[in-house]
Amino acid sequence: MTDDVWILGITMTKFGKYPDRDIVDLAAEAARGAIADAGIGMSDIGVLAAGNYMGGDGLLGPGRLGQALQKQIGQTGVPVYNVMNACATGATALRTVLMAIKAGETDIGLAVGAEKLSGAGLLGSGGAGKADGAEFTPSGRVGQVAPLDGRIGTETMPGVFAQVGMEYTHRYGKGGFELFARISEKNHAHSTLNPLAAYTKRLTLDQIMNDVMVAYPNTRPMCSANCDGASAAVLVSGERLKRMDPDQRRRAVKISASVLTSDPWTEACQVLPDINTLTRNAAEQAYTAAGVAPEDLDLVELHDCFATAELVHYDNLMLCEPGGAVDLFESGATWRDGRLPVNVSGGLQSKGHPIAATGIANVWEVCHHLRGEAGDRQIDGARVGLAHVIGLGSACGVHILERAA
Amino acid sequence: MAQQVPLVDYLVLDEPPHLLAHECTQCRARYFDHRNACARCFGAEFRDVAVVGEGEVRSFTIVSFAAPGVAVPFVAAVVDCDGTSVKGNIINTPSDPDHVRLGMKVRLATYVVGTDSSGTEAVGFGFEPAQV
Repeated sequence: MTDDVWILGITMTKFGKYPDRDIVDLAAEAARGAIADAGIGMSDIGVLAAGNYMGGDGLLGPGRLGQALQKQIGQTGVPVYNVMNACATGATALRTVLMAIKAGETDIGLAVGAEKLSGAGLLGSGGAGKADGAEFTPSGRVGQVAPLDGRIGTETMPGVFAQVGMEYTHRYGKGGFELFARISEKNHAHSTLNPLAAYTKRLTLDQIMNDVMVAYPNTRPMCSANCDGASAAVLVSGERLKRMDPDQRRRAVKISASVLTSDPWTEACQVLPDINTLTRNAAEQAYTAAGVAPEDLDLVELHDCFATAELVHYDNLMLCEPGGAVDLFESGATWRDGRLPVNVSGGLQSKGHPIAATGIANVWEVCHHLRGEAGDRQIDGARVGLAHVIGLGSACGVHILERAA
Repeated sequence: MAQQVPLVDYLVLDEPPHLLAHECTQCRARYFDHRNACARCFGAEFRDVAVVGEGEVRSFTIVSFAAPGVAVPFVAAVVDCDGTSVKGNIINTPSDPDHVRLGMKVRLATYVVGTDSSGTEAVGFGFEPAQV
């Protein structure tokens, strides 16, 4: 109990477009919101972890958000960790604060993730470049004489994750374009109940399948939406929480497991990133640490950066038997009125995916339900939930959260 | 005939053209890039081995939306060449789901990617359907 770390306050901004606000504005709104939600003050924060991936306006570059944020909301002199771990940046910031508390360095810490991504376009693409012109000179680790994107596979995220889903389809002989589109249909339907989602329009299966094809089988609404946003969480040690007000203790959410993994070597992992093994490893460690089984979960927020990714993570997070992801979805279990609701926030496909904010926003969604504060989209009686993110490269964060007894 | 160079150094423009992998002498893990050590067993000795030029499509995507200058659509795929996974495009067939299927048999093929200022051609590779 005394070793436990809890979420005392947590918040996210509405995800969307903020042309008139910079990253620090968004981070400040989330940070001050989380501190207010926690019922504490800035002077109580003993450590700050700040996640940002792309840099941008209001910053001098990536990896500088923490101190820039302090300049606006409070320069208290506490240690700052600027965190960057691809799409797992937010979860990594959260875990950094958790580790500082577990190490006994402080009782209370703040994790923030903020990103401005509106109009960023395709992520992962190194750009084209022509193969004609100046003399061919081999360079880099494969001695290339011209850019490889589009010539030897694709470097863009929609195409990489499309192959991840198609590989699963091939391995188990089930699934395909329409199945993936139906997963997207579910998440867009869920988003209509989330006022903080960037897109809240319900789409029919036909609309999804006939929208612009980005990378088969992912059409545009099956891809995560580039947008702006921030999220923040205040973490507290169990020991300190015991001395706090009853209302703070009632709303506190226990972090029963906090796990971060990287991708171990598997055949083909350097040809197509293996996002499966590290997610399964993280899930196994998290279930063991929390003493929770997949069937105990009341809701899951998983990293549906593309519709093709959600399918494989049903399997990776052991929400089904190996190979059973298609059957799980077909059973209706992952809809919000199903046995195991997945991405009731609308997921990254409609809520949006401001990279560094995503990891804490997924945790916020789960906490919102565990606290019984999710309004129209409340999953009744939710006691335990799981939040998952993955950053290509790769990093996987899994958090299991439980309502205060 | 113009002088030719491979698009990447693991493509060997012999007859027939083939791909060369760096294989760990200890655990036989295969790689296509310059290595510092083996990611699987941490060994640091490698030998070059020829990769079989025929394989099976294990996964693919048809990219319709790419960075400026990248010609679309194209098919990006993972091809299982007798146990060695290779990244490459599916070429010499239309880029649509009627012509590219999971599990289809393919073989290595080369094509000219471009020409530099001295007239040298860069030759790239892809995989084409094996049956006619």
